[in-house]
Amino acid sequence: MDVKVNIRRYDPDAGAPASFWQEFSLAVPETATVLDALIQIREEMDGTLSLRCSCRSAICGSCAMRVNGHAVLACKTRASESLNSEGVVTVEPAGNMPVVKDLVVDFDTFWDKIRAVEPYLQPQGPEPEGEYIASNESMLHLSSVTACIMCGACVSDCTVLEVDPTFLGPAALAKAYRFTADPRDGDAAGVSQRRLEQLSLPSGMWDCTRCNECVQVCPKGVAPMDRIMALREQAISLGLGDNNGARHAEAFTESVAHSGRLDELRLPVKTVGMFNLPALFSFLPVGLRAMTHGKLPPLVHKSVENVQSVRRLFSKVSQPPK
Amino acid sequence: MLEHDVLVIGAGLAGMRAAIAAQAGGANTAIISKVHPVRSHSNAAQGGINAALTDRGDDWEEHAYDTIKGSDFLGDQDAIEIMCQAAGDSLIDLEHMGVTFNRDDEGKLGTRAFGGQRRARTFFVGDFTGQAMLHVMFEQLVKSGIRSYEEWFVTSLIQDGEQVAGVLALEIRTGQLHAIRAKTVIFCTGGCGRLFEPSTNALIVTGDGMGLAYNAGARLMDMEMVQYHPTTLAGSGVLISEAARGEGAFLRDRNGDRFMEKYAPNMMELASRDVVSRAEQTEIDAGNGVDGCLFLDCTHLGEALILEKLSQIREIGIDLAGADMIKEPIPIRPGMHYIMGGIKTDIDGLTNVPGIYAAGECANVSVHGGNRLGANSLLDTIVFGERSGNHAASASRDMDFIEFNEDEAVRKEEARIQAMLDRPDNGDRWGSIRQALGDTMNKNIAVYRNQAGMEETLRLIPELKARYAQVPVHNKGRVFNTDLVFALELGYMLDCGEAIAVSALERKESRGAQARTDFPTRDDENWLKHITVTRGEEGPELGYLPVTITKWTPEERKY
Repeated sequence: MDVKVNIRRYDPDAGAPASFWQEFSLAVPETATVLDALIQIREEMDGTLSLRCSCRSAICGSCAMRVNGHAVLACKTRASESLNSEGVVTVEPAGNMPVVKDLVVDFDTFWDKIRAVEPYLQPQGPEPEGEYIASNESMLHLSSVTACIMCGACVSDCTVLEVDPTFLGPAALAKAYRFTADPRDGDAAGVSQRRLEQLSLPSGMWDCTRCNECVQVCPKGVAPMDRIMALREQAISLGLGDNNGARHAEAFTESVAHSGRLDELRLPVKTVGMFNLPALFSFLPVGLRAMTHGKLPPLVHKSVENVQSVRRLFSKVSQPPK
Repeated sequence: MLEHDVLVIGAGLAGMRAAIAAQAGGANTAIISKVHPVRSHSNAAQGGINAALTDRGDDWEEHAYDTIKGSDFLGDQDAIEIMCQAAGDSLIDLEHMGVTFNRDDEGKLGTRAFGGQRRARTFFVGDFTGQAMLHVMFEQLVKSGIRSYEEWFVTSLIQDGEQVAGVLALEIRTGQLHAIRAKTVIFCTGGCGRLFEPSTNALIVTGDGMGLAYNAGARLMDMEMVQYHPTTLAGSGVLISEAARGEGAFLRDRNGDRFMEKYAPNMMELASRDVVSRAEQTEIDAGNGVDGCLFLDCTHLGEALILEKLSQIREIGIDLAGADMIKEPIPIRPGMHYIMGGIKTDIDGLTNVPGIYAAGECANVSVHGGNRLGANSLLDTIVFGERSGNHAASASRDMDFIEFNEDEAVRKEEARIQAMLDRPDNGDRWGSIRQALGDTMNKNIAVYRNQAGMEETLRLIPELKARYAQVPVHNKGRVFNTDLVFALELGYMLDCGEAIAVSALERKESRGAQARTDFPTRDDENWLKHITVTRGEEGPELGYLPVTITKWTPEERKY
């Protein structure tokens, strides 16, 4: 099978240009992965191409990169399924991390954020003599998160990190959840209060915008965003509501539950707090701009028709499961 | 200068366990690895870790016997006793560290059956036990605060006489060379599987530590004992875990028959790996396969079990062979997987070279002998990683750093590497030399071997070495020059390949993974002994060491 691999390259030794595109034409077996093609290029065509790769079976996490614009593991992506109508596959380094050379990116901040969540089990009580007794279901649930191979695909395509590099990000937050959800971590009931307090701070769990990109690109089904949402539920159930994120979630729910639609005017006010004058003043420019562009929400918030059925839905989902 | 009492080379399970133990033992410890720790090949261990827990009615002596029988009586029984006795505590330690082992109905650690063992004593996390353990060990490394040189590639050892003084290492990201002074080094660099083509092993598994230690005067032992795993995927050759058979999968030939009935009527698919791989090769050679492959049939296990316990290998089958094991048997064949041989150590990981320790796959204590049981490799890394870390820490207390001229050492190494970069382009490529090595190893030092084939390989290797001495490095840059790293690795691979071939030719019998068509039976009278290889002036020099037998006398091996 003939393929053309268009690679975004960068060589700091060569100085400018910052990066450039180079296309390689080669024949690969029908079953070849994108990684197989890259290895063939490196070994037979151009030894200067740098990339990380090792296991070829989606377990070491080395070869996350963008193929046709989205983060994937190159070893888990068939070349034949990645070609456009001209037979070209486009390969770029992972996003949101500085490029070191070609397809190799700098993971330093990635690991700093993993370290920031104190990524090791912290039981408060004494260890049992044998193993901890835990249900298989609880362990299977954790294993679906510990299946994370730290490849960085989620971080690469996280839309929050693109604009806010201080965000802990999907990988670190999923890692944190792996501990908060572990019955062995925290107090005797398995509650990791201190972790959840830390994770409720700015740049933490409340900064995710739920765009779902990380869920889409994760090659291991870890679904980082779902774990972040689970962290929020844990935090709220512990009463850790004294922050913009939790207040935003509550105000959002309240508004929809009451009127069947979002009260966009009151949402930011309730989020930062009614008496938080500096924050409220900071909304003024946005409000003015919205007004001059005719985008200001109506001052009188009206309920949707048939709001009763929305309220019935809410009361149904807030009942504990049978 | 950078300076450590204990410098662990390699950050897989053995390496991180060794470093954590050494630090706990009070030593100034660091770990250095050519890849980030979580990228290490321990990841690839899928099926589980063995331990005989007394509260489940199991007995470490039964585990020891199964291991010894699995080794075809070539394993040293003192080391095997240590490993099997330590297994229970090591397993509970791992659970306390946070490994998310599958549980039984009572919430206790659950087990699955594994090959060559009469009892289900393999503890597991789905079918990614190695990855689960590796990441937890990395968590413990983070917690310990141990200095970690990540993506640093050790290019040479510095010795004073034989005694280790330190290492020279290339910081891959910058291309800068550094000298690190160390009282002791522990090699935990993994196997050398990539010198076979194909292999289940990751691309980083290139025998670096074996090569470095060999060149520093250490003995390699049992290098002929190369494990071919019975179930590697058609095409790519990646691993399909023994866990599949542990959970009840069948092996079938082209007619759908379970051919293991002919070879191991009692244990069937769960006989030792060497036995199953030989059976498969025999069937394939007899024309009972399809395109050189047989079939692993999981279809009767049911979707629920496969999704809970074998989900990752199912994905691999879909991604790399286009076959869903829930719906259809998947094509498999024996493939190079593990090397039982390695750097000869004592039960504390110490080699014959002062200051050099080794643990994990690169080492040979020897607990695996002629054939390793599935799920004993993870146990080996934990038990002997910890022991070597402990011993190196306490030994380094009574040792002084050895002075050497840092600038001169770095300058000499710079010059050696620059000379490689300056080689003219003669049209050759390291990739083609490696492929030729891989092809000849896989052809002649495979499941079945004979004199003519092995001699052919031994004639070819010096030719490949001559080509290697001239091979150009196309990337002349400093930053993340993987071209240079691969070229350096190939030197170690050629040395390991030669050591494997000379040992295999020397052993004139069939035992464990060594199955010779010209010497088809085991010969305890002449060959119940280890073969060692050391570097001599003229090339590899062979030697022998006795097998330690404590209480299990060799007997005929049947499954």
